[in-house]
Amino acid sequence: MKTLKYDVVVVGGGPAGSSVARYAARGGAKVLMLEKRQEVGSPVRCGEGVSKKILQKIELEPLESWIANEVAGAKIISPSGSEFELSEDLAGNETGYIIRRDIFDKHLAKLAAVEGADIMVKTTATSLIKEDGKIKGVLARHLGEEYRIEATVTVAADGFEARLSREAGLKTSLKLRDVDICIQYEMVGVKADPLYTEFYVGQGYAPGGYVWIFPKSERVANVGIGVNLMFSERGATPRRYLEKFIASREDLKGAKIVEINGGAVSVSMPPESVTLPGFAAVGDSARMIDPLTGGGVVNGAVAGRVLGEALGRMVQGKLSPEEALAEYEKGWRKKMEVQLARNYLAKEKLLELTDEEMNDLIEAVGSIKLEGLSTAAILKAVKEAKPSLAEKFSDFL
Amino acid sequence: MIRVDKEKCLWCGTCVGVCPTLALTLKETYVEVDHERCTLCGICVRACPVGAITMEGVEK
Ligand SMILES: Cc1cc2nc3c(=O)[nH]c(=O)nc-3n(C[C@H](O)[C@H](O)[C@H](O)COP(=O)(O)OP(=O)(O)OC[C@H]3O[C@@H](n4cnc5c(N)ncnc54)[C@H](O)[C@@H]3O)c2cc1C
Ligand code: SF4
Ligand code: SF4
Repeated sequence: MKTLKYDVVVVGGGPAGSSVARYAARGGAKVLMLEKRQEVGSPVRCGEGVSKKILQKIELEPLESWIANEVAGAKIISPSGSEFELSEDLAGNETGYIIRRDIFDKHLAKLAAVEGADIMVKTTATSLIKEDGKIKGVLARHLGEEYRIEATVTVAADGFEARLSREAGLKTSLKLRDVDICIQYEMVGVKADPLYTEFYVGQGYAPGGYVWIFPKSERVANVGIGVNLMFSERGATPRRYLEKFIASREDLKGAKIVEINGGAVSVSMPPESVTLPGFAAVGDSARMIDPLTGGGVVNGAVAGRVLGEALGRMVQGKLSPEEALAEYEKGWRKKMEVQLARNYLAKEKLLELTDEEMNDLIEAVGSIKLEGLSTAAILKAVKEAKPSLAEKFSDFL
Repeated sequence: MIRVDKEKCLWCGTCVGVCPTLALTLKETYVEVDHERCTLCGICVRACPVGAITMEGVEK
Protein backbone atom coordinates (compact mmCIF):
# COMPACT_ATOMS: atom_id res chain seq x y z
CA MET A 1 0.00 0.00 0.00
CA LYS A 2 1.24 3.47 -0.92
CA THR A 3 0.77 6.32 1.52
CA LEU A 4 0.14 9.89 0.36
CA LYS A 5 -0.20 12.99 2.52
CA TYR A 6 -2.26 16.06 1.66
CA ASP A 7 -3.90 19.03 3.35
CA VAL A 8 -7.17 18.21 1.61
CA VAL A 9 -8.45 15.10 -0.15
CA VAL A 10 -11.59 15.62 -2.23
CA VAL A 11 -13.60 12.54 -3.21
CA GLY A 12 -15.55 13.11 -6.44
CA GLY A 13 -14.71 15.15 -9.51
CA GLY A 14 -18.10 16.77 -10.24
CA PRO A 15 -18.76 20.53 -10.08
CA ALA A 16 -18.76 20.50 -6.27
CA GLY A 17 -15.49 18.59 -5.93
CA SER A 18 -13.68 20.56 -8.61
CA SER A 19 -14.71 23.87 -7.02
CA VAL A 20 -13.41 22.79 -3.63
CA ALA A 21 -10.14 21.66 -5.22
CA ARG A 22 -9.76 24.81 -7.29
CA TYR A 23 -10.33 27.30 -4.49
CA ALA A 24 -8.43 25.36 -1.83
CA ALA A 25 -5.45 25.03 -4.17
CA ARG A 26 -5.65 28.73 -5.01
CA GLY A 27 -5.44 29.45 -1.28
CA GLY A 28 -2.24 27.43 -1.10
CA ALA A 29 -3.52 24.06 0.08
CA LYS A 30 -1.96 20.82 -1.10
CA VAL A 31 -5.01 19.15 -2.62
CA LEU A 32 -5.77 15.77 -4.16
CA MET A 33 -9.05 15.14 -5.96
CA LEU A 34 -10.15 11.54 -6.62
CA GLU A 35 -12.60 10.54 -9.35
CA LYS A 36 -13.64 6.94 -9.68
CA ARG A 37 -14.59 7.19 -13.34
CA GLN A 38 -11.93 7.03 -16.01
CA GLU A 39 -13.10 10.31 -17.46
CA VAL A 40 -14.23 13.32 -15.47
CA GLY A 41 -17.77 14.31 -16.50
CA SER A 42 -18.72 11.20 -18.44
CA PRO A 43 -21.23 9.63 -18.72
CA VAL A 44 -23.45 12.68 -18.17
CA ARG A 45 -26.27 12.51 -15.64
CA CYS A 46 -27.86 15.88 -16.14
CA GLY A 47 -30.43 17.99 -18.02
CA GLU A 48 -27.59 20.45 -18.54
CA GLY A 49 -29.55 23.57 -17.69
CA VAL A 50 -27.78 26.14 -15.50
CA SER A 51 -28.39 29.75 -14.55
CA LYS A 52 -26.06 32.30 -16.14
CA LYS A 53 -25.27 33.53 -12.65
CA ILE A 54 -22.85 30.64 -12.44
CA LEU A 55 -20.30 32.73 -14.37
CA GLN A 56 -19.90 35.32 -11.68
CA LYS A 57 -20.55 32.92 -8.79
CA ILE A 58 -17.54 30.76 -9.55
CA GLU A 59 -15.55 33.07 -11.82
CA LEU A 60 -15.98 31.42 -15.20
CA GLU A 61 -15.48 32.74 -18.72
CA PRO A 62 -18.45 31.84 -20.94
CA LEU A 63 -16.79 29.52 -23.44
CA GLU A 64 -18.34 28.02 -26.56
CA SER A 65 -16.71 24.73 -25.69
CA TRP A 66 -19.09 24.06 -22.81
CA ILE A 67 -22.07 26.29 -23.66
CA ALA A 68 -24.38 24.67 -26.23
CA ASN A 69 -27.20 27.22 -26.16
CA GLU A 70 -28.44 30.30 -24.38
CA VAL A 71 -32.13 30.64 -23.52
CA ALA A 72 -34.27 33.68 -22.67
CA GLY A 73 -36.54 31.98 -20.19
CA ALA A 74 -38.59 29.02 -19.05
CA LYS A 75 -42.15 27.96 -19.84
CA ILE A 76 -44.11 26.04 -17.23
CA ILE A 77 -46.91 24.08 -18.86
CA SER A 78 -49.94 22.59 -17.09
CA PRO A 79 -51.81 19.38 -17.94
CA SER A 80 -54.51 21.42 -19.74
CA GLY A 81 -51.89 23.21 -21.78
CA SER A 82 -52.00 26.61 -20.12
CA GLU A 83 -48.59 28.03 -19.43
CA PHE A 84 -46.64 30.82 -17.90
CA GLU A 85 -43.26 32.20 -18.73
CA LEU A 86 -40.41 33.11 -16.47
CA SER A 87 -37.56 35.23 -17.73
CA GLU A 88 -34.17 33.65 -17.39
CA ASP A 89 -33.15 35.66 -14.31
CA LEU A 90 -36.33 34.64 -12.44
CA ALA A 91 -36.45 31.04 -13.53
CA GLY A 92 -34.16 29.56 -10.91
CA ASN A 93 -30.94 27.66 -11.17
CA GLU A 94 -31.69 25.51 -14.23
CA THR A 95 -32.41 28.14 -16.88
CA GLY A 96 -29.93 30.33 -18.74
CA TYR A 97 -27.38 28.19 -20.49
CA ILE A 98 -27.80 24.68 -21.80
CA ILE A 99 -24.33 23.29 -21.28
CA ARG A 100 -22.32 20.29 -22.35
CA ARG A 101 -21.86 18.76 -18.90
CA ASP A 102 -19.06 16.41 -19.87
CA ILE A 103 -16.95 19.25 -21.24
CA PHE A 104 -18.04 21.60 -18.47
CA ASP A 105 -17.06 19.20 -15.69
CA LYS A 106 -13.72 18.57 -17.32
CA HIS A 107 -13.18 22.32 -17.69
CA LEU A 108 -13.78 22.80 -13.96
CA ALA A 109 -11.34 19.99 -13.18
CA LYS A 110 -8.76 21.68 -15.40
CA LEU A 111 -9.24 24.97 -13.56
CA ALA A 112 -8.50 23.08 -10.33
CA ALA A 113 -5.42 21.51 -11.88
CA VAL A 114 -4.20 24.91 -13.11
CA GLU A 115 -4.34 26.17 -9.52
CA GLY A 116 -2.11 23.25 -8.54
CA ALA A 117 -4.54 20.58 -7.35
CA ASP A 118 -3.50 16.98 -8.00
CA ILE A 119 -6.09 14.76 -9.66
CA MET A 120 -6.33 10.97 -9.83
CA VAL A 121 -8.96 9.49 -12.14
CA LYS A 122 -10.07 5.87 -12.13
CA THR A 123 -9.56 6.05 -8.38
CA THR A 124 -12.25 5.02 -5.93
CA ALA A 125 -12.28 5.99 -2.28
CA THR A 126 -13.29 2.72 -0.62
CA SER A 127 -13.44 3.73 3.03
CA LEU A 128 -12.67 6.46 5.52
CA ILE A 129 -9.71 6.49 7.86
CA LYS A 130 -11.23 7.15 11.29
CA GLU A 131 -8.91 7.70 14.25
CA ASP A 132 -9.41 9.33 17.65
CA GLY A 133 -12.95 10.42 16.76
CA LYS A 134 -11.72 12.23 13.68
CA ILE A 135 -11.71 11.49 9.98
CA LYS A 136 -8.15 11.52 8.76
CA GLY A 137 -8.35 10.59 5.10
CA VAL A 138 -9.44 7.74 2.88
CA LEU A 139 -8.33 4.39 1.59
CA ALA A 140 -8.55 4.25 -2.17
CA ARG A 141 -7.98 1.96 -5.12
CA HIS A 142 -6.35 3.13 -8.33
CA LEU A 143 -5.75 0.72 -11.21
CA GLY A 144 -5.62 -2.27 -8.93
CA GLU A 145 -3.41 -0.65 -6.31
CA GLU A 146 -4.29 0.25 -2.74
CA TYR A 147 -3.58 3.78 -1.46
CA ARG A 148 -3.74 5.27 1.99
CA ILE A 149 -4.40 9.00 1.57
CA GLU A 150 -3.99 11.00 4.76
CA ALA A 151 -5.40 14.51 4.93
CA THR A 152 -6.20 17.23 7.45
CA VAL A 153 -9.63 17.56 5.88
CA THR A 154 -11.52 14.93 3.85
CA VAL A 155 -14.24 16.21 1.53
CA ALA A 156 -17.13 14.03 0.34
CA ALA A 157 -18.18 15.40 -3.06
CA ASP A 158 -19.38 11.98 -4.13
CA GLY A 159 -22.70 13.03 -5.57
CA PHE A 160 -26.15 11.46 -5.16
CA GLU A 161 -24.67 8.10 -4.17
CA ALA A 162 -23.40 9.82 -1.01
CA ARG A 163 -21.81 6.66 0.33
CA LEU A 164 -19.03 8.60 1.96
CA SER A 165 -21.16 11.22 3.66
CA ARG A 166 -23.39 8.47 5.05
CA GLU A 167 -20.49 6.28 6.14
CA ALA A 168 -19.02 9.28 7.95
CA GLY A 169 -22.25 9.55 9.92
CA LEU A 170 -23.99 12.56 8.36
CA LYS A 171 -27.75 12.33 8.14
CA THR A 172 -27.89 12.31 4.36
CA SER A 173 -30.13 9.26 3.95
CA LEU A 174 -33.29 10.14 2.05
CA LYS A 175 -36.99 9.46 2.51
CA LEU A 176 -38.90 8.19 -0.52
CA ARG A 177 -40.75 11.50 -0.97
CA ASP A 178 -37.43 13.32 -1.02
CA VAL A 179 -36.08 11.55 -4.11
CA ASP A 180 -36.92 12.14 -7.77
CA ILE A 181 -35.79 9.43 -10.16
CA CYS A 182 -34.91 10.48 -13.68
CA ILE A 183 -34.23 9.41 -17.20
CA GLN A 184 -33.33 11.59 -20.13
CA TYR A 185 -32.85 11.21 -23.87
CA GLU A 186 -30.74 13.53 -25.96
CA MET A 187 -32.83 13.73 -29.12
CA VAL A 188 -31.86 14.86 -32.60
CA GLY A 189 -34.42 15.98 -35.15
CA VAL A 190 -36.80 17.65 -32.72
CA LYS A 191 -38.64 20.91 -33.46
CA ALA A 192 -37.67 22.98 -30.46
CA ASP A 193 -37.89 26.66 -29.64
CA PRO A 194 -34.22 27.25 -28.84
CA LEU A 195 -35.11 30.28 -26.71
CA TYR A 196 -37.02 28.46 -23.96
CA THR A 197 -36.63 25.60 -21.57
CA GLU A 198 -39.97 23.84 -21.06
CA PHE A 199 -41.27 22.18 -17.90
CA TYR A 200 -44.41 20.02 -18.10
CA VAL A 201 -45.98 19.52 -14.69
CA GLY A 202 -48.81 17.38 -13.35
CA GLN A 203 -49.43 13.81 -12.26
CA GLY A 204 -50.32 12.72 -15.81
CA TYR A 205 -46.98 13.83 -17.19
CA ALA A 206 -44.71 12.97 -14.30
CA PRO A 207 -46.09 11.99 -10.88
CA GLY A 208 -44.57 14.35 -8.33
CA GLY A 209 -42.05 15.71 -10.80
CA TYR A 210 -41.95 17.09 -14.32
CA VAL A 211 -40.94 16.45 -17.90
CA TRP A 212 -38.34 18.82 -19.32
CA ILE A 213 -37.31 19.84 -22.79
CA PHE A 214 -34.03 21.70 -22.73
CA PRO A 215 -33.04 22.79 -26.26
CA LYS A 216 -29.41 22.55 -27.27
CA SER A 217 -30.31 23.96 -30.70
CA GLU A 218 -33.39 24.07 -32.95
CA ARG A 219 -32.89 20.42 -33.80
CA VAL A 220 -31.38 18.94 -30.65
CA ALA A 221 -32.83 18.81 -27.13
CA ASN A 222 -32.53 17.01 -23.84
CA VAL A 223 -35.93 15.47 -23.16
CA GLY A 224 -36.13 14.06 -19.69
CA ILE A 225 -38.31 13.25 -16.73
CA GLY A 226 -38.15 13.15 -12.97
CA VAL A 227 -40.76 11.16 -11.02
CA ASN A 228 -41.10 11.24 -7.26
CA LEU A 229 -40.00 7.91 -5.80
CA MET A 230 -43.17 7.75 -3.69
CA PHE A 231 -45.15 7.30 -6.89
CA SER A 232 -42.91 4.62 -8.32
CA GLU A 233 -44.36 1.27 -7.34
CA ARG A 234 -42.01 -0.72 -9.52
CA GLY A 235 -38.93 -0.26 -11.66
CA ALA A 236 -38.77 1.66 -14.94
CA THR A 237 -41.53 4.12 -13.98
CA PRO A 238 -39.68 7.17 -15.37
CA ARG A 239 -38.98 5.38 -18.60
CA ARG A 240 -42.62 4.42 -19.12
CA TYR A 241 -43.84 7.99 -18.53
CA LEU A 242 -41.16 9.49 -20.77
CA GLU A 243 -42.02 7.12 -23.61
CA LYS A 244 -45.68 8.06 -23.23
CA PHE A 245 -44.84 11.76 -23.34
CA ILE A 246 -42.66 11.44 -26.42
CA ALA A 247 -45.25 9.37 -28.26
CA SER A 248 -47.85 12.10 -27.67
CA ARG A 249 -45.77 14.91 -29.18
CA GLU A 250 -45.72 16.13 -32.76
CA ASP A 251 -42.56 18.16 -32.17
CA LEU A 252 -40.63 15.04 -31.12
CA LYS A 253 -41.98 12.77 -33.80
CA GLY A 254 -39.28 10.89 -35.66
CA ALA A 255 -36.52 12.37 -33.53
CA LYS A 256 -33.62 10.02 -32.82
CA ILE A 257 -32.11 9.25 -29.44
CA VAL A 258 -28.34 9.69 -29.42
CA GLU A 259 -27.81 9.39 -25.67
CA ILE A 260 -29.60 7.97 -22.62
CA ASN A 261 -28.87 9.23 -19.12
CA GLY A 262 -30.29 8.05 -15.84
CA GLY A 263 -29.95 9.36 -12.36
CA ALA A 264 -31.67 10.71 -9.31
CA VAL A 265 -31.88 13.98 -7.47
CA SER A 266 -32.62 14.64 -3.83
CA VAL A 267 -35.59 16.96 -3.28
CA SER A 268 -35.02 17.22 0.44
CA MET A 269 -33.89 19.69 3.04
CA PRO A 270 -30.14 19.54 3.62
CA PRO A 271 -29.15 17.83 6.89
CA GLU A 272 -28.64 19.93 9.99
CA SER A 273 -24.91 19.50 9.73
CA VAL A 274 -22.69 18.67 6.76
CA THR A 275 -19.42 18.67 8.72
CA LEU A 276 -17.71 16.40 11.27
CA PRO A 277 -14.24 16.67 12.78
CA GLY A 278 -11.85 16.54 9.81
CA PHE A 279 -14.68 16.07 7.33
CA ALA A 280 -17.11 17.98 5.13
CA ALA A 281 -19.70 16.99 2.55
CA VAL A 282 -20.62 19.24 -0.38
CA GLY A 283 -22.98 19.28 -3.37
CA ASP A 284 -25.35 16.37 -3.96
CA SER A 285 -23.61 14.33 -1.27
CA ALA A 286 -24.73 17.01 1.21
CA ARG A 287 -28.21 17.16 -0.39
CA MET A 288 -27.85 20.74 -1.59
CA ILE A 289 -30.00 20.32 -4.71
CA ASP A 290 -32.87 22.77 -5.10
CA PRO A 291 -35.91 20.66 -4.11
CA LEU A 292 -38.25 22.51 -6.46
CA THR A 293 -36.24 22.48 -9.69
CA GLY A 294 -33.88 19.57 -9.06
CA GLY A 295 -30.97 21.78 -10.14
CA GLY A 296 -27.77 21.15 -8.24
CA VAL A 297 -24.86 22.25 -10.41
CA VAL A 298 -24.81 25.88 -9.27
CA ASN A 299 -25.42 25.11 -5.59
CA GLY A 300 -22.74 22.43 -5.53
CA ALA A 301 -20.19 24.66 -7.23
CA VAL A 302 -20.99 27.64 -5.01
CA ALA A 303 -20.79 25.64 -1.79
CA GLY A 304 -17.58 24.11 -3.11
CA ARG A 305 -16.10 27.56 -3.48
CA VAL A 306 -17.06 28.50 0.08
CA LEU A 307 -15.42 25.34 1.40
CA GLY A 308 -12.32 25.70 -0.79
CA GLU A 309 -11.78 29.28 0.31
CA ALA A 310 -12.12 28.35 3.98
CA LEU A 311 -9.59 25.53 3.51
CA GLY A 312 -7.24 28.02 1.85
CA ARG A 313 -7.40 30.21 4.93
CA MET A 314 -6.75 27.10 7.02
CA VAL A 315 -3.42 26.34 5.35
CA GLN A 316 -2.49 30.03 5.56
CA GLY A 317 -2.74 29.61 9.33
CA LYS A 318 -5.63 32.06 9.65
CA LEU A 319 -8.11 29.39 10.73
CA SER A 320 -7.81 26.09 12.57
CA PRO A 321 -9.38 23.09 10.79
CA GLU A 322 -12.36 23.33 13.17
CA GLU A 323 -12.77 27.03 12.44
CA ALA A 324 -12.49 26.47 8.70
CA LEU A 325 -15.23 23.84 8.76
CA ALA A 326 -17.43 26.04 10.93
CA GLU A 327 -16.91 28.92 8.51
CA TYR A 328 -17.93 26.65 5.63
CA GLU A 329 -21.05 25.48 7.43
CA LYS A 330 -22.08 29.06 8.14
CA GLY A 331 -21.08 30.34 4.72
CA TRP A 332 -22.92 27.92 2.47
CA ARG A 333 -26.07 28.10 4.57
CA LYS A 334 -26.05 31.88 4.31
CA LYS A 335 -25.94 31.60 0.54
CA MET A 336 -28.74 29.10 -0.03
CA GLU A 337 -30.51 27.72 3.03
CA VAL A 338 -33.48 30.12 2.97
CA GLN A 339 -34.07 29.39 -0.71
CA LEU A 340 -33.78 25.64 -0.14
CA ALA A 341 -36.26 25.76 2.74
CA ARG A 342 -38.77 27.85 0.78
CA ASN A 343 -38.53 25.62 -2.27
CA TYR A 344 -38.80 22.50 -0.12
CA LEU A 345 -42.10 23.78 1.19
CA ALA A 346 -43.25 24.56 -2.35
CA LYS A 347 -42.26 21.08 -3.49
CA GLU A 348 -44.23 19.54 -0.62
CA LYS A 349 -47.31 21.55 -1.65
CA LEU A 350 -47.01 20.72 -5.33
CA LEU A 351 -46.63 17.03 -4.52
CA GLU A 352 -50.22 17.04 -3.20
CA LEU A 353 -51.89 18.84 -6.09
CA THR A 354 -54.27 17.10 -8.44
CA ASP A 355 -54.02 17.88 -12.15
CA GLU A 356 -57.08 20.17 -11.90
CA GLU A 357 -55.49 22.12 -9.09
CA MET A 358 -52.25 22.34 -11.06
CA ASN A 359 -54.22 23.73 -14.02
CA ASP A 360 -55.83 26.38 -11.80
CA LEU A 361 -52.52 27.31 -10.25
CA ILE A 362 -50.74 27.74 -13.56
CA GLU A 363 -53.63 29.68 -15.10
CA ALA A 364 -53.62 32.02 -12.12
CA VAL A 365 -49.87 32.52 -12.27
CA GLY A 366 -50.05 33.03 -16.04
CA SER A 367 -52.29 36.05 -15.46
CA ILE A 368 -49.64 37.92 -13.51
CA LYS A 369 -47.44 40.39 -15.34
CA LEU A 370 -43.88 39.14 -15.39
CA GLU A 371 -42.29 42.05 -13.55
CA GLY A 372 -44.62 41.51 -10.61
CA LEU A 373 -43.86 37.86 -10.17
CA SER A 374 -43.16 37.32 -6.51
CA THR A 375 -44.44 34.76 -4.03
CA ALA A 376 -46.88 37.34 -2.71
CA ALA A 377 -48.16 38.19 -6.19
CA ILE A 378 -48.62 34.51 -7.00
CA LEU A 379 -50.60 33.93 -3.81
CA LYS A 380 -52.77 36.98 -4.49
CA ALA A 381 -53.57 35.80 -8.00
CA VAL A 382 -54.36 32.31 -6.78
CA LYS A 383 -56.59 33.72 -4.05
CA GLU A 384 -58.59 35.75 -6.56
CA ALA A 385 -58.97 32.88 -8.99
CA LYS A 386 -59.36 29.93 -6.64
CA PRO A 387 -59.81 30.70 -2.94
CA SER A 388 -59.87 27.00 -2.03
CA LEU A 389 -56.52 26.44 -3.70
CA ALA A 390 -55.05 29.48 -1.97
CA GLU A 391 -55.98 27.82 1.32
CA LYS A 392 -53.48 25.07 0.64
CA PHE A 393 -50.71 27.60 0.28
CA SER A 394 -51.76 29.81 3.19
CA ASP A 395 -48.85 28.87 5.46
CA PHE A 396 -46.44 29.68 2.67
CA LEU A 397 -45.73 33.23 3.80
CA MET B 1 -31.85 -11.98 -3.40
CA ILE B 2 -31.73 -8.88 -5.57
CA ARG B 3 -30.20 -8.99 -9.03
CA VAL B 4 -28.94 -6.24 -11.29
CA ASP B 5 -29.29 -6.80 -15.02
CA LYS B 6 -26.00 -5.55 -16.43
CA GLU B 7 -27.48 -5.14 -19.88
CA LYS B 8 -30.14 -2.72 -18.68
CA CYS B 9 -28.04 -0.84 -16.13
CA LEU B 10 -27.16 2.79 -17.00
CA TRP B 11 -24.54 3.08 -14.23
CA CYS B 12 -26.51 5.99 -12.86
CA GLY B 13 -26.07 5.39 -9.13
CA THR B 14 -29.74 5.92 -8.24
CA CYS B 15 -30.01 2.55 -6.49
CA VAL B 16 -26.79 3.22 -4.56
CA GLY B 17 -28.06 6.55 -3.26
CA VAL B 18 -31.46 5.25 -2.12
CA CYS B 19 -30.27 2.05 -0.45
CA PRO B 20 -30.74 2.58 3.29
CA THR B 21 -28.11 0.04 4.31
CA LEU B 22 -25.26 1.01 1.93
CA ALA B 23 -25.48 -2.47 0.41
CA LEU B 24 -24.85 -1.25 -3.14
CA THR B 25 -21.72 0.14 -4.75
CA LEU B 26 -21.41 1.51 -8.26
CA LYS B 27 -18.13 0.24 -9.68
CA GLU B 28 -18.02 2.57 -12.67
CA THR B 29 -19.84 0.21 -15.06
CA TYR B 30 -21.63 -2.25 -12.78
CA VAL B 31 -23.39 -2.39 -9.46
CA GLU B 32 -22.00 -4.61 -6.75
CA VAL B 33 -24.42 -6.03 -4.18
CA ASP B 34 -23.35 -6.80 -0.63
CA HIS B 35 -25.92 -9.48 0.15
CA GLU B 36 -24.92 -9.49 3.83
CA ARG B 37 -26.05 -5.90 4.17
CA CYS B 38 -29.14 -6.10 1.95
CA THR B 39 -32.40 -6.31 3.91
CA LEU B 40 -34.51 -6.95 0.79
CA CYS B 41 -36.47 -3.75 1.42
CA GLY B 42 -37.11 -3.35 -2.30
CA ILE B 43 -36.49 0.39 -2.51
CA CYS B 44 -33.80 0.02 -5.17
CA VAL B 45 -36.17 -2.09 -7.28
CA ARG B 46 -38.72 0.74 -7.22
CA ALA B 47 -36.10 3.40 -7.82
CA CYS B 48 -34.21 2.09 -10.83
CA PRO B 49 -35.26 4.34 -13.74
CA VAL B 50 -35.01 1.50 -16.26
CA GLY B 51 -36.07 -1.45 -14.13
CA ALA B 52 -32.70 -3.18 -14.11
CA ILE B 53 -33.12 -4.52 -10.57
CA THR B 54 -35.33 -7.45 -9.68
CA MET B 55 -35.95 -9.32 -6.47
CA GLU B 56 -36.72 -12.99 -6.42
CA GLY B 57 -40.40 -13.52 -5.85
CA VAL B 58 -41.24 -9.87 -6.45
CA GLU B 59 -40.90 -9.15 -10.13
CA LYS B 60 -39.22 -10.61 -13.07
C1 LIG C 1 -31.23 13.25 -14.91
C2 LIG C 1 -30.71 14.42 -14.15
C3 LIG C 1 -30.89 15.70 -14.65
C4 LIG C 1 -30.36 16.80 -13.97
N1 LIG C 1 -30.50 18.02 -14.53
C5 LIG C 1 -29.92 19.09 -13.95
C6 LIG C 1 -29.95 20.36 -14.58
O1 LIG C 1 -30.48 20.52 -15.68
N2 LIG C 1 -29.37 21.40 -13.95
C7 LIG C 1 -28.74 21.26 -12.74
O2 LIG C 1 -28.24 22.25 -12.20
N3 LIG C 1 -28.69 20.07 -12.12
C8 LIG C 1 -29.25 18.98 -12.70
N4 LIG C 1 -29.17 17.75 -12.09
C9 LIG C 1 -28.46 17.64 -10.82
C10 LIG C 1 -26.96 17.73 -11.05
O3 LIG C 1 -26.55 16.79 -12.01
C11 LIG C 1 -26.19 17.53 -9.76
O4 LIG C 1 -26.73 18.37 -8.77
C12 LIG C 1 -24.70 17.82 -9.89
O5 LIG C 1 -24.07 16.91 -10.72
C13 LIG C 1 -24.05 17.79 -8.51
O6 LIG C 1 -22.67 17.91 -8.57
P1 LIG C 1 -21.75 17.15 -7.52
O7 LIG C 1 -20.36 17.59 -7.83
O8 LIG C 1 -22.27 17.33 -6.16
O9 LIG C 1 -21.94 15.60 -7.85
P2 LIG C 1 -21.66 14.77 -9.18
O10 LIG C 1 -21.65 15.66 -10.37
O11 LIG C 1 -22.59 13.64 -9.17
O12 LIG C 1 -20.17 14.25 -8.97
C14 LIG C 1 -19.86 13.25 -8.04
C15 LIG C 1 -18.65 12.51 -8.56
O13 LIG C 1 -18.11 11.69 -7.53
C16 LIG C 1 -17.67 10.49 -8.09
N5 LIG C 1 -17.59 9.51 -7.00
C17 LIG C 1 -18.62 8.98 -6.29
N6 LIG C 1 -18.17 8.14 -5.34
C18 LIG C 1 -16.82 8.13 -5.44
C19 LIG C 1 -15.79 7.45 -4.73
N7 LIG C 1 -16.06 6.62 -3.71
N8 LIG C 1 -14.50 7.65 -5.10
C20 LIG C 1 -14.22 8.49 -6.14
N9 LIG C 1 -15.16 9.17 -6.84
C21 LIG C 1 -16.45 8.99 -6.49
C22 LIG C 1 -18.69 10.18 -9.15
O14 LIG C 1 -18.17 9.30 -10.12
C23 LIG C 1 -18.99 11.57 -9.71
O15 LIG C 1 -18.17 11.89 -10.81
C24 LIG C 1 -29.69 16.62 -12.73
C25 LIG C 1 -29.53 15.35 -12.22
C26 LIG C 1 -30.02 14.26 -12.91
C27 LIG C 1 -29.82 12.90 -12.34
S1 SF4 D 1 -30.52 2.46 -10.54
FE1 SF4 D 1 -30.66 0.90 -12.15
S2 SF4 D 1 -29.65 1.79 -13.92
FE2 SF4 D 1 -29.03 3.00 -12.14
S3 SF4 D 1 -27.10 2.07 -11.45
FE3 SF4 D 1 -28.75 1.10 -10.27
S4 SF4 D 1 -29.29 -0.72 -11.46
FE4 SF4 D 1 -28.09 0.58 -12.82
S1 SF4 E 1 -33.34 -4.24 -1.45
FE1 SF4 E 1 -33.12 -2.51 -0.02
S2 SF4 E 1 -31.35 -3.06 1.25
FE2 SF4 E 1 -31.30 -4.44 -0.53
S3 SF4 E 1 -29.94 -3.38 -1.97
FE3 SF4 E 1 -32.03 -2.75 -2.48
S4 SF4 E 1 -32.34 -0.85 -1.33
FE4 SF4 E 1 -30.55 -1.87 -0.45
